[in-house]
Amino acid sequence: MIEAALKVAGLEAWYDESHILHGVNFEVRPGEVVTLLGRNGAGKTTTLKSIMGIVGKRKGSAQYGGRETVGLSSDRIARLGVALCPEERGIFHSLSVRENLMLPPRVAPTGGLTLDQIFTLFPNIKERLSSGGGKLSGGEQQMLAIARILRTGARFLMLDEPTEGLAPVIIQQIGRTIGELKKAGFTILLVEQNFRWASTLADRFYVMEHGRIIDAFAAKDLTANMDKLHDYLGV
Amino acid sequence: MLLTLSITPMQLYGQLLIGLINGSFYALLSMGLAVIFGMLNVVNFAHGAFYMVGAFVAYFLLQYGGMNYWAALVLSPLIVGLLGALVERTIIRRLAGLDHLYGLLLTFGLALVIEGLFQNEFGSSGKPYPTPPALSGAYNLGFMFLPKYRAWVIVCSFVACMATWFAIERTRLGAYLRAATENPSLVRAFGVNVPLMITATYGFGVALAAFAGVLAAPIYQVRPGMGADIIAVVFAVVVIGGMGSILGSILTGFTLGVIEGLTKVFYPEISNTVVFVIMAIVLIIRPSGLFGRAI
Ligand SMILES: Nc1ncnc2c1ncn2[C@@H]1O[C@H](COP(=O)(O)OP(=O)(O)O)[C@@H](O)[C@H]1O
Ligand SMILES: [Mg+2]
Repeated sequence: MIEAALKVAGLEAWYDESHILHGVNFEVRPGEVVTLLGRNGAGKTTTLKSIMGIVGKRKGSAQYGGRETVGLSSDRIARLGVALCPEERGIFHSLSVRENLMLPPRVAPTGGLTLDQIFTLFPNIKERLSSGGGKLSGGEQQMLAIARILRTGARFLMLDEPTEGLAPVIIQQIGRTIGELKKAGFTILLVEQNFRWASTLADRFYVMEHGRIIDAFAAKDLTANMDKLHDYLGV
Repeated sequence: MLLTLSITPMQLYGQLLIGLINGSFYALLSMGLAVIFGMLNVVNFAHGAFYMVGAFVAYFLLQYGGMNYWAALVLSPLIVGLLGALVERTIIRRLAGLDHLYGLLLTFGLALVIEGLFQNEFGSSGKPYPTPPALSGAYNLGFMFLPKYRAWVIVCSFVACMATWFAIERTRLGAYLRAATENPSLVRAFGVNVPLMITATYGFGVALAAFAGVLAAPIYQVRPGMGADIIAVVFAVVVIGGMGSILGSILTGFTLGVIEGLTKVFYPEISNTVVFVIMAIVLIIRPSGLFGRAI
């Protein structure tokens, strides 16, 4: 049996008084791309943030590489090799593109992409290195947000709706990138609304509702599950 | 202008020099405030008190440790900076996430306590602090005499300001700071120990105040009230320059010192209030300050 890279069990989370996650269970195996689906407000972003350690209060368990992360501060979790590309992208406007790219410190001596490899994936970023972070288009911001977590040596990447609001050609480019990263052995947890697009990348799907995982299936079973999915996602 | 007829060049240069000296202190202190505000979102009302403590530590080091000015210039900021870091860790940290007002009240209270303690112990009279021998005397510039120590203060302040600006705007550590000002939890999620950075920033800002205090000791004497005296003007400088802008606070500090000096020549009656008049005008026209962002 392959040991999970990430194993989430009974994970609960709160923002102040509001209880958002009510016992989330799922796992991601090394080298897998797993996609989390669910309606708006289901708790997908909160799940990623809880794994990263940036919600107010957590309970339950989220083990990465066998290490329990609930109870660790987010900087400690990052240094285990976990990286988040947030839904709002989080590009720093007072920093240049280069500074944004170079900001996340190395968390492991090896395992990161070189700058050349990153520029091959995202040629646009190379051209904009000296621009201000706030001057980028939405697509460029998304690419930068992904690019900057690739050089640190983190091997587990969480991408929160990387295609949201972007043009089809950029979505394609991001899709190719995720494919490359998978080939390079990264383990990826993807949150995505566009499940047809995700099905070309993901090994497995989980479906969330009201802060719980309510279903799971392999990518190859997508067609068989289409009716259920439409139901879950209300599309 | 008629007024200018009665003014000698000597007077003008003299006041310009005094203005630059005062400006040096305004710049150092308001820059420290800007650095602290940027990172902690706290208006550090205890800044003047730490400036005063910095001068007193230099005095103690000399009086009880036999350590000279040069040692004090290094040690006092170090000691006071550590004290500041301790204050941040134990007290100021508890205000994280609350309104500005709480930080302001807390640090104001802290200033009153610190200044009160020193007042109690040392009274309100000043203790002289000798000018270091290497810097006594003056340069003859032809049109005026420039006391060496005053030139030193101006250069020191300018260099410290520029070094701080460089560290924040042009280095990796500075990029962490700027990024953490925008979105601390994301910077932390990248693996940076942001709480430690916050403590270090407060310690550094306070160390700058202590550094200014040591620079001031040979010029103004060491008095418990010295911080309270200067801090009102420094806050006016901060309001004029705008909170949170490093370069803005440096520029505004030096400029207002010079304006104050020139006012002493041309219109001495308002020299003590000119900074506040400018502040009022700026507040009306640009409430977030000349270089500032809205708070
Ligand atoms: N910062 C927050 N404070 C309070 N409630 C929040 C916060 N962020 C999200 N929520 C609530 O948590 C629930 C889950 O949100 P989220 O995890 O963002 O869902 P999703 O990413 O699946 O759309 C929603 O009901 C949302 O309103
Ligand atoms: Mg979301």
